Amino acid sequence: MLDVLTLVTGVAALLLAAWCGWAAYRDQPTKDWHFIGMAVVSMLALVQLVIGIVALARGERPGQGTTIFVAYLLGAFACVPAAGLMSLAERTRWGSATVAAGGVVLAVLEVRLYDIWGG
Amino acid sequence: MTAVEEKPARARLVSGPGMLLVWLYGVMVVGAVSRSVYQIATEFDRAPLAYSLSAVAGVVYGFITYSLVRGGETARRLALVCCAAELAGVLAVGTWTLVDPSAFPDATVWSKYGMGYVFIPVLLPLTAMYWLRKARKQRPGTV
Repeated sequence: MLDVLTLVTGVAALLLAAWCGWAAYRDQPTKDWHFIGMAVVSMLALVQLVIGIVALARGERPGQGTTIFVAYLLGAFACVPAAGLMSLAERTRWGSATVAAGGVVLAVLEVRLYDIWGG
Repeated sequence: MTAVEEKPARARLVSGPGMLLVWLYGVMVVGAVSRSVYQIATEFDRAPLAYSLSAVAGVVYGFITYSLVRGGETARRLALVCCAAELAGVLAVGTWTLVDPSAFPDATVWSKYGMGYVFIPVLLPLTAMYWLRKARKQRPGTV
């Protein structure tokens, strides 16, 4: 369950990165549609956080340690909203580039989460 | 209006590409600081040198991020110096990890020139120094 969600969130994060990267390439700031995209990715990360904590509560243990696992879950959840807020403050192509970078960072975090859970 | 003019606004560093830089530096702060705090707290004896260097990297990143957000000429200069120190650190530690791997039982943020962080640690200071030098030329005070 968690592995599937990790994969889906990672792919969604990369799609978001490509989309916002395209906006940055076309010299456009982030728009409403982009923020809906960010909301979707953030929701996935939130669901992942909840399911991860539920898995821990049920006694399952990540391969590389609970503390690291929870830290990465929190980081993954905070990643895209933080980039989104920064793109609100920077209404140029560079705001879009920031969200694109946020998507890439989240994808990397998902790869690490997969490793941490699998051990 | 006069109150605003009496206190000259600090030159903004967080605009345009600066925003992207702050984001990347912010990510590196969280990455380096949380990693070193966890490793120093739980397994410091395993690789004290590596974990201490990660902590130093985290502090340097934190200072640069703060300088960028704060803005102004002094902050710009200090950030520039720190970026140079950061670059020197990445190159020195990166070379060190390649030449003498036995000194590092575990990786640092700057191991192998930051390969574990997609080489962001070595690319970031170069980009930041370029941006900070450019920001001086565009200072609003000179307009």
